[in-house]
Amino acid sequence: MLTLDNVSVNYGAIEALTGISLHVEQGEVVTLIGANGAGKTTTLRTITGLLEPRSGKITFEGENIGGKPTHKLVAQGISMSPEGRGVFANLTVWENLQMGAYLSRNKLQIAADMERAFKMFPRLKERESQKAGTLSGGEQQMLAMGRALMSNPRLLLLDEPSLGLAPLVVHTIFQAIDEIKSKGTTILLVEQNAHAALGHSDRAYVLETGRIVMEGPSKDLANDPRIKEAYLGE
Amino acid sequence: MSTFLQQLINGISLGAIYSLIALGYTMVYGVLKLINFAHGDVYMVGAFMGFYLANGLGARGAQMLGMSGDGIVARGLLGGGAMEPSLITALVVMLLAMAICAAIGVIIERFAYRPVRKYSRLTALITAIGVSLLLENGGQVVFGAEPKFFPELFSKRNIDLVGGASINSADIIVLVIAIVLMIALQLIVYRTKTGRAMRAVSFNLQSAKLMGINTDRIIAFTFALGSALAAAAGVLVAIRIPRIDPLMGILVGLKAFVAAVLGGIGNIPGAMLGGLLIGITETMVVGYLSPTYKDAVAFAILILILLFRPSGLLGTVAQEKV
Repeated sequence: MLTLDNVSVNYGAIEALTGISLHVEQGEVVTLIGANGAGKTTTLRTITGLLEPRSGKITFEGENIGGKPTHKLVAQGISMSPEGRGVFANLTVWENLQMGAYLSRNKLQIAADMERAFKMFPRLKERESQKAGTLSGGEQQMLAMGRALMSNPRLLLLDEPSLGLAPLVVHTIFQAIDEIKSKGTTILLVEQNAHAALGHSDRAYVLETGRIVMEGPSKDLANDPRIKEAYLGE
Repeated sequence: MSTFLQQLINGISLGAIYSLIALGYTMVYGVLKLINFAHGDVYMVGAFMGFYLANGLGARGAQMLGMSGDGIVARGLLGGGAMEPSLITALVVMLLAMAICAAIGVIIERFAYRPVRKYSRLTALITAIGVSLLLENGGQVVFGAEPKFFPELFSKRNIDLVGGASINSADIIVLVIAIVLMIALQLIVYRTKTGRAMRAVSFNLQSAKLMGINTDRIIAFTFALGSALAAAAGVLVAIRIPRIDPLMGILVGLKAFVAAVLGGIGNIPGAMLGGLLIGITETMVVGYLSPTYKDAVAFAILILILLFRPSGLLGTVAQEKV
């Protein structure tokens, strides 16, 4: 579904990604784990067109999407819940969700999708008319995910959804990820919480300083001694 | 008491015009974090567009004001004489000037600001000053440097009020139109999908892109709205005080900018409030102190805000997040 072939990205003179290749297949949950600054967020931002690759090829459903503007990629079925959640603090929860459906003109569809988001995260329903800036971190994350789903994406990118959240909320977020997957949406998940990420994904890539150093089924990686030592703290 | 009432009326009328211009500064700042220094000159262009349109539509020239020449020459442009001077003519002139300036605003954004958007904000600021100089000097070439006199679009008369004050019918019309425009803007920004997208873009450009918003289009739309309001202000000012010239936008633009800062730059109700406060303060100073200080007031206010409340009256303190 999504393929990155030898993609390199620079921030000015600094190389952030060095020739990474990865693929995500229809219906999978693939996770990208690695330390801070390894290039996980850069990878997602490059896929969504917020950053331009210096070289390499990105294809989505067979089409070369490198250099395409972000808003066109959203129309094509890619959606992202960004790092730091990126909710519109000056807009209400309801308005934030509406923004997620910006490209849709079908009011009935939007209303149905809104109900689905509220069903997945009942807390959002309670906060519907509150400004997003007044929500807790966990609620903002739920809003960011709910909002990303409003465009009915075929590929959902999640950037650090559990960062800085209480364990109970982390549990809710990963339950939601399982639920989204069960409904057929493909997910590329970036996480520092390697333990949870490997437990809720099919395959994983390990990024270190802009390169992919390991890849494989999540179950195998979770049992790999090197991963255990470096990322699972065992 | 009658001085106070009179100056208050004058101040509100003047302030409403500052508000209209201040809105353009604040909206563009909201989406681009750019102080569009050319905005005051778009207001000037609006007044001139109104001038040519009014003459073209066959309004009475300004002979009665002691002017000859220009008004009459320009009158034939649109095959004039078709419309009797009236409130309707004034509205048509204003709406057309707004449309033309909206297009000019979009063109300025597309060809001057968009190419430098990826560089530092200082680059954009210097570009804005460049565009401002271009409009001022270009205006002198195209419109002529000598002042022109805006034709009288409808007859004005003074209406006496209680307490010895009076209000000119033109002031009432200016105020009513300004209020209607501000309500319309409020509805666009807070009740439409495009308005919601504007607010999203001004809060977080990248998140807005991730919603599928064509942010370039929203930014262009913001310029169109702001420039249209500036053009409306240009025509309304010319209705009140008919003398227009290509440099008329400099001082008014700066004062409106101060109004936007006073209200809290980036804050739409703030710009409206700031404009009114600057207008009222200015006329009060004229009424009670001396007309000499008329133009100094706004800048004294600017210094005070920067010292005591840099985020403006309605602005929120920007939190630097790590």
